[in-house]
Amino acid sequence: MSGLRILVPVKRVIDYAVKPRVNKAQTAVETAGVKHSMNPFDELSIEESVRIREKKRYAHGVDDIVAFSCGPPKAQDVLRTAMAMGADRGIHVEVKEGEEPEPLGIAKMLKAVVDREKINLVFLGKQSIDDDAGQTGQMLAGLLGWGQATQASKITFEADGKGIMVEKEVDGGTETVKGVLPMVVTSDLRLNEPRYASLPNIMKAKKKKIEKVTSGDLGVDVGRRLKTIKVIEPPPRQGGGKVEDVDGMIAKLKELGAL
Amino acid sequence: MISRSGLLVLRQVRTQLRTRAGPTPVASISALARLLSSLAVLEQRDGKLNHGSLGAVTAAQKLGGSVTAFVAGGNIKAVAEAASKVSGVEKVVSVDSAAYDKQLPENFAPLLVENIKKGGYTHIIMGHTAFGKSLMPRIAALLDVQQISDITGIEDEKTFMRPIYAGNAIATVESSDDIKIITVRGTAFAAAAAEGGSASIEDGLDPKAESTTEWVSENLTKSDRPDLATAGKVVTGGRGLKSKEEFDRIMLPLADALGAAVGASRAAVDSGYADNSLQVGQTGKVIAPQLYLCAGISGAIQHLAGMKDSKVIAAINKDADAPIFQVADVGLVGDLFDKVPELTEKLGKQ
Repeated sequence: MSGLRILVPVKRVIDYAVKPRVNKAQTAVETAGVKHSMNPFDELSIEESVRIREKKRYAHGVDDIVAFSCGPPKAQDVLRTAMAMGADRGIHVEVKEGEEPEPLGIAKMLKAVVDREKINLVFLGKQSIDDDAGQTGQMLAGLLGWGQATQASKITFEADGKGIMVEKEVDGGTETVKGVLPMVVTSDLRLNEPRYASLPNIMKAKKKKIEKVTSGDLGVDVGRRLKTIKVIEPPPRQGGGKVEDVDGMIAKLKELGAL
Repeated sequence: MISRSGLLVLRQVRTQLRTRAGPTPVASISALARLLSSLAVLEQRDGKLNHGSLGAVTAAQKLGGSVTAFVAGGNIKAVAEAASKVSGVEKVVSVDSAAYDKQLPENFAPLLVENIKKGGYTHIIMGHTAFGKSLMPRIAALLDVQQISDITGIEDEKTFMRPIYAGNAIATVESSDDIKIITVRGTAFAAAAAEGGSASIEDGLDPKAESTTEWVSENLTKSDRPDLATAGKVVTGGRGLKSKEEFDRIMLPLADALGAAVGASRAAVDSGYADNSLQVGQTGKVIAPQLYLCAGISGAIQHLAGMKDSKVIAAINKDADAPIFQVADVGLVGDLFDKVPELTEKLGKQ
């Protein structure tokens, strides 16, 4: 029985703390000159993979942790971050800024990488905080015909080297499912607390390899199915001002018909 | 929203199709290729129809065209009957098998795909719930379709509105796929009326696919308070509550005084003050109650994403510059440990 070969797709997105602005032409959100970072859910997936290796949580060990990203040249930055956190190597599918494939296209690319690299566990974030689609992991599991566990908050491996127990966040609480390798798991915020990459590890990550491939190399057509007609700002909410005391609050709520 | 005239044309075409005897001429089949036929996937639990999932029916009705409801599970008869009474549903397809009780996407997806192929539906719609989120993308991949997640508006049969970037932008997208696979935001599509319909019920196909995962256990938060996702009033607490004991002591009586559901910010959840299933925000629940009353919450964009469509927002916070006051209809600057109990007491007297 061989060890885990983990694939962790990571996405470069506008930093979670930045308030996105819609561009003047109302075609997209302004990305030029805006701080970008790794999608927060993807950090959790990298962290979990590294912890499985460090804590020897899987009976046969971890053979490989491959970080994957599809994006503009700067997506290499998030691959470097992933490697500084402990991923062994990176795969980068370069596309033009603003021409990132949709979840279905990404899932097809990931399937090709899974087949090529003999991956037996794919760890994705449950959603990217830009598109908020929350689809890629489930699509990949469907294409591969593998089991899936979404919104994972706890992952344990059984001693037989096949079984995985995953606690999932569901509406109203949690649910535990048992799957078998190979499998696709998507991470929820409660899974772990990602580490900061240390300076020595950032330096070491510079020596790790990033392989560049194209969607053509992977044999995937990433044509878009959805056309963005327009992007607008949501109607702004007007703050109604402040009241002096609790009585004022109750009076105002009554006036607004909320009580 | 769909233009009225567009809807009328569709209805007329449909009527013609129905009244025409004999096989439909081939020429008009392509002309009618846009004929809408929606499948609303409904959820059930322990033999009871989940009324929260009826927003899918509402969205299907907005599209126009026929609406079929789909239910699956063990002893599904009662659920199918409840679904047949839902206003706007023309037909219910039900599959009776305990294999689908635990809502495992590995066998539920092939089940649905078989029934979608058989029924020839143009739109497959489900709520953007935990089950909808795990199931629908898998189906979309099996049908080679790019799904449209968490829609908040329907412009026409192929054009939909959906929030992106934590609700900081609204994208209008047009799908070129033959089948539209859609999850709908519950707060944007109110549940269809549970009474008034009289749909026929028929058995669906059961491909009996195996699931590679199995359900082991669940740990659901039990509460007598209203459900967070559908409550008319919600009170939420944040980091300012300082501990679980204080959260329970301060927020729960306020919720009870108002008859409200309880929610929490991510900070409160991360610190263990409240259960994760109560989290309101981009990565938790998205809600839009009549009244949203929060205490000790600063108002980070991830939190606002989950509540800013509330009808009335009230906030209590000791920091007068907290971003929450920019969206609150009623703001009170003060120490929540004084103000919330006072509010609870005064509301209780009314």
